Amino acid sequence: MGKSNNKLGSVFTNGIIASNPVLKLVLGTCPTLAVSVSAFGALGMGIAVTFVLVCSNIMISLLRNVIPDKVRIPAFILIIATFVTLLQMLLQKFVPALYDVLGIYLPLIVVNCIILARAEAFASQNPVGDSALDGLGMGLGYTLAVLIMAIIREFLGAGSFFAFDFMGFSYSGEIGNLPDYALNIFTLPAGGFLTFGILIAVVNQISMNNEEKKKNKAKRDAKKIEKAKKDLDKEEVAA
Amino acid sequence: MTRMVVSTSPHITSKSTTQKIMLDVIIALLPALIATVVIFGVYPLFLTLLCIESCVFFEYIFNRIRKKEQTIKDLSAVVTGLILGLNLPGTVPIWVPIVGSAFAIIIVKMLFGGIGKNFANPAMAARVFLVLAWAGLMTQKTNPVIGTDIGYFSFFNYAFSINPGLDAVSSATPLGLVKATIETGGSPLQSVNVLSMLLGTTASSAVGETCAIAILIGGVYLLCRKVIDWRIPTFYIATVVVFTALIYSKSQYVGEYILTYLLGGGLLFGAFFMATDYATSPKSWIGVTIYGIGLGVLTVVFRRFSSMPEGVSYSILLMNILTPLLEKIKTRPYGVPKRNIAKEIGEKFKARSKKKVAAEGGENG
Repeated sequence: MGKSNNKLGSVFTNGIIASNPVLKLVLGTCPTLAVSVSAFGALGMGIAVTFVLVCSNIMISLLRNVIPDKVRIPAFILIIATFVTLLQMLLQKFVPALYDVLGIYLPLIVVNCIILARAEAFASQNPVGDSALDGLGMGLGYTLAVLIMAIIREFLGAGSFFAFDFMGFSYSGEIGNLPDYALNIFTLPAGGFLTFGILIAVVNQISMNNEEKKKNKAKRDAKKIEKAKKDLDKEEVAA
Repeated sequence: MTRMVVSTSPHITSKSTTQKIMLDVIIALLPALIATVVIFGVYPLFLTLLCIESCVFFEYIFNRIRKKEQTIKDLSAVVTGLILGLNLPGTVPIWVPIVGSAFAIIIVKMLFGGIGKNFANPAMAARVFLVLAWAGLMTQKTNPVIGTDIGYFSFFNYAFSINPGLDAVSSATPLGLVKATIETGGSPLQSVNVLSMLLGTTASSAVGETCAIAILIGGVYLLCRKVIDWRIPTFYIATVVVFTALIYSKSQYVGEYILTYLLGGGLLFGAFFMATDYATSPKSWIGVTIYGIGLGVLTVVFRRFSSMPEGVSYSILLMNILTPLLEKIKTRPYGVPKRNIAKEIGEKFKARSKKKVAAEGGENG
């Protein structure tokens, strides 16, 4: 039982850290760069992608034995497009502000590589529960990455933190007179690529450091075991 | 023969080191720096020194944090800071040079592997970054203080001001005037003359690039010391002249346009000091030719057709990024026989027809 729990946990956290779709697999770069201008838009995009990812993963996993292998990609896209259309209509009706912010990138979720990649690589080969969890993990990983990027870009580029205009509430997020000093380049695509590259470098460095720590730990453990063995041998000799 | 030394190649080494080359570049930039102080006052000198110090500081810190060998002694960071400082307007607040230096050294140079591995000229990339980041501050024009009653120490009050300096601003840069005359159809040399452009007493948004004489002295020094490749400035400037003549051939002021384009902007400074960066310019004849002509054409196209009056920095950045591709155009290496393509194709064809014959049963079946 403990083991299966562990496996489910790793399916879930895999998308957030070890193979984060944006920062590790470098998938779905286009919408990432486009919507990460403001934290509000990024959060909305992240939730939208997570929703579509979970729903499509569940659906594809359910139908994985029915869909013929040869037409699987069109079938996946059809399923994904259904959920995206649904989402688009819901957003347009209930959250028009977010709908305007996301613009063309909302319908483009249909061809987002993250969703198609998870459908192809995971959902079409795994049971429903795992697939749903995988979709949730990947979606949260995407949300987290885009949100971090957007917070950095919004802070440096516009001098504000989480400005939003949502269902009648609005918040400018401006910090003091920081907007006067803002580096405009971070709201431009060039700044997006800069932030993206530096973020990937930082994440890679962190994971490299972690691996090194693990290796060192393994080495130390091996030494300890050897030492214990030697001690045992000595005791035996003494005996 | 008393001793025989056995060693691996290289057997012939040159006495020149990075440090010496960079020292030459610094010496070559001194006339422009002196001219800047004389024309625009002491504050630009202060900004330039700030640039140099922060460039060296950021390189030192980066090497310390990454636990790499210390590289500040090769003086390349000093050159980057000097060029960046001369490329700033004379009235920017003090955080602009610091942020620019951080970008030039950390992101453009050190993250890509340090000296010789940068993808673009660091100072150039930093200037473009700053222009995109603080467009208002970086495109303001500084008026010369020489010959006016503005004191030599007067711009220091802009050190912490986020508003562009008002009494130092004018819109009459030579290239700005060209933009204006394209629509009205007058002569571009109505309110500036060639002498003022040669001496550098014109308004500019980059203080170091106005004095053509000082830059030419530095450029000739570099050419004489064989520090820079003579082909790059030659091709670049020649292309600008030819292409300007072509574009403005219908106007009756072709000569005036050529003179303004040559002396009025950052062309000379860019051609001698920035386009010739070793790591970001091609070496082969064909590469250098395309590089120089590309620079010239892009500069004139940006100046004539874009919304900005100046295009030197963007064209150098663009051709810097193209350099790895230009280096791939290979000429025949030494000692390799010329390829006879016709013969090669003939042999391939023969081999294939033999195979075909064999497959079809052939004579020997």
